Amino acid sequence: MTTATITSTNRVARDFDKPLWRRVLLTREMAIVALLIFVVVVSAITVRGFSQPITVNYLLLDIAPILLIALPMTLIMITGEIDLSVGSMVGLSSVVTGVAVQAGLPFEVAAVLALLVGLVGGAFNGFLVTVVGLPSLAVTIGTLALFRGLAVGLLGTTAVTDFPELWSALAKAKISGTTIPYIMVPFLILLAIFVIVLHFTPFGRGIYAIGLAKDAARFSGVHVERTKFILFVLAGLVSAFAGIYYTLRFGSARGDNATGLELQVIAAVVLGGVSVFGGRGQLYGVVAAALLIGVLSSALRLANVTSDVINIITGVLLVLSVVSGSVLAWLQKARRRPSRPSPVAASTAS
Amino acid sequence: MTKRLGALGKAREFGILIALALVVIVATAKNPAFLFSSDGWRDLLLTPSILVLVAVGQAIVIITRNVDLSVGSVMGLSAYLTGRLFIDLPSLPIPVVVILAVAFGGFLGLVNGALVAFARVPAMVITLGTLYAYRGINVMWAGSSRVNASDMPREFLALGTEQILTIPILAIVAFLVLAAAAWYMRNTRGGREYYAIGSDPAAAELYGLKVTRRVLTAFILSGALAGLAGVFYAARYGSVSSQAGAGWELDAVGAAVIGGVAITGGVGTVWGAAIGAVLLMTINRALPILGIPDFWQRAVVGVLIIGAIVLDRWLAVRQRRRLIEARDES
Repeated sequence: MTTATITSTNRVARDFDKPLWRRVLLTREMAIVALLIFVVVVSAITVRGFSQPITVNYLLLDIAPILLIALPMTLIMITGEIDLSVGSMVGLSSVVTGVAVQAGLPFEVAAVLALLVGLVGGAFNGFLVTVVGLPSLAVTIGTLALFRGLAVGLLGTTAVTDFPELWSALAKAKISGTTIPYIMVPFLILLAIFVIVLHFTPFGRGIYAIGLAKDAARFSGVHVERTKFILFVLAGLVSAFAGIYYTLRFGSARGDNATGLELQVIAAVVLGGVSVFGGRGQLYGVVAAALLIGVLSSALRLANVTSDVINIITGVLLVLSVVSGSVLAWLQKARRRPSRPSPVAASTAS
Repeated sequence: MTKRLGALGKAREFGILIALALVVIVATAKNPAFLFSSDGWRDLLLTPSILVLVAVGQAIVIITRNVDLSVGSVMGLSAYLTGRLFIDLPSLPIPVVVILAVAFGGFLGLVNGALVAFARVPAMVITLGTLYAYRGINVMWAGSSRVNASDMPREFLALGTEQILTIPILAIVAFLVLAAAAWYMRNTRGGREYYAIGSDPAAAELYGLKVTRRVLTAFILSGALAGLAGVFYAARYGSVSSQAGAGWELDAVGAAVIGGVAITGGVGTVWGAAIGAVLLMTINRALPILGIPDFWQRAVVGVLIIGAIVLDRWLAVRQRRRLIEARDES
């Protein structure tokens, strides 16, 4: 922990002795964006069928849940916390929607119920983390099992597949004249809201402050507990929304829907440059990373590489992305050391 | 002696042991075959053995304030390697295969540990990455094929079922490993250093402990134990697909947390983690007997984990209040 805190302070200190263009362009986020563009261009040239519009459609439909949940997850991880229960919440929300529809409720009511479950589940996580004061990793491993258990318990091995045609069609529909699915509309609205909240409000600055130094943030008047609580509730709500989408997209509510999704979301968030120790990260990096994972997997699938290779690539990218930072920092330190005492070392020592 | 017993009663592991005993008693009362049939007795000991091994490794890693999310993938890969070795090199004696599989698990753990310890990157991220990577390698290697019981020698499969004095061999091995790990963690200098590192990594570093080496060792141990669990898995189930061990990382972390190992490091014992593992698997088997469909098993696990960490928190708060009172009185 402590070493990481020192490293992140170093990074801040180091950043400000560079010219502006280097600070803006040579960042983790930009590296991911560049990699994304590179992969898109290479795939478009070498993979047959990749540049077809339908590819974009499927790609966005597939990664929509990851994109959606990555938004609140980014904020949570910037505060230094984590929420492992999101995948299970997607499954639970899907099952609640299914069970309610099966019981004869109109779909709209079922969806509202699912969102309520998301709200309550998120609040439960938030309560245990902020009021009881438990580590979020342990809490959300518990609720990962709990929410999944409720989902599987409610439906067993059965599935509900009968949903109103209107809504099912809407979940898969394209915006007229384009190949972009409608689910991108709520995503873009949410993205705009999250960007504004994170980057342009005191609440958002508080999120960074909590991640960098919790006690300092508290003394500066940031409502640490309240902020975290709100973020966990948001994660629950957005996951529940993703669960409703997931149900409609695949036309089936099952207890095991979206198993393991939390890992993909966290992979995207970390790949996008959010520090697991908190205090660092940008939403555009995360969105680019989620797209990168999506593009890679659809390009590989089109190239007839077994779809499981994507697991290796996701894993290796994730490891490389975090290790590269340390290696670069180490190289820089090694390069500076002989000439003059580096400002980094000086600031650490003082 | 009474003092000893009193300390035992206060130990965090004792509570979990009571819970385990309760589950067994209630299930046995409902259906005596749960404990008193030869199958019931065997399953009671045999089923948790594999998770016990993984949970012990996980506990050591968590005590150093890290976490190893890749254990399920390591276990699956080792299990598949075990099967492959029997198929491709039938002349290899069984002990060599076991050693190779364990060493392979240790090597995968070494990769985790090296990335975590040298690159100074959070273990959660690294092992999340290797969780994917190892599983992906497994899927690429195995494809849709699987290792079947007919591919493995009969003597090896017998390990999974044979018993000494009604106690399954796998359970005995798991217990010996557990006892050795417990002794190492409690009585040796090395073992205590894990606790010191987990309590305060910076202080441990300043004190001159070899933090990097210890963390590396913890991950190697965790990998090797997951590798051994993979061998057990192959022997016990006789069939290994590319998805063997998927999701076990959460059971292992859950078992450790239920057993009183604090996710923030420095607190807990491998005994606790092992009892937590036995409790998890036993509840799993007891639920259908108690008339609860086993679909609810995961929900019960979730409640247990949350209950355990809330309990630990409460105990810690109470302890702190007592210490403050004791200080003020003196």
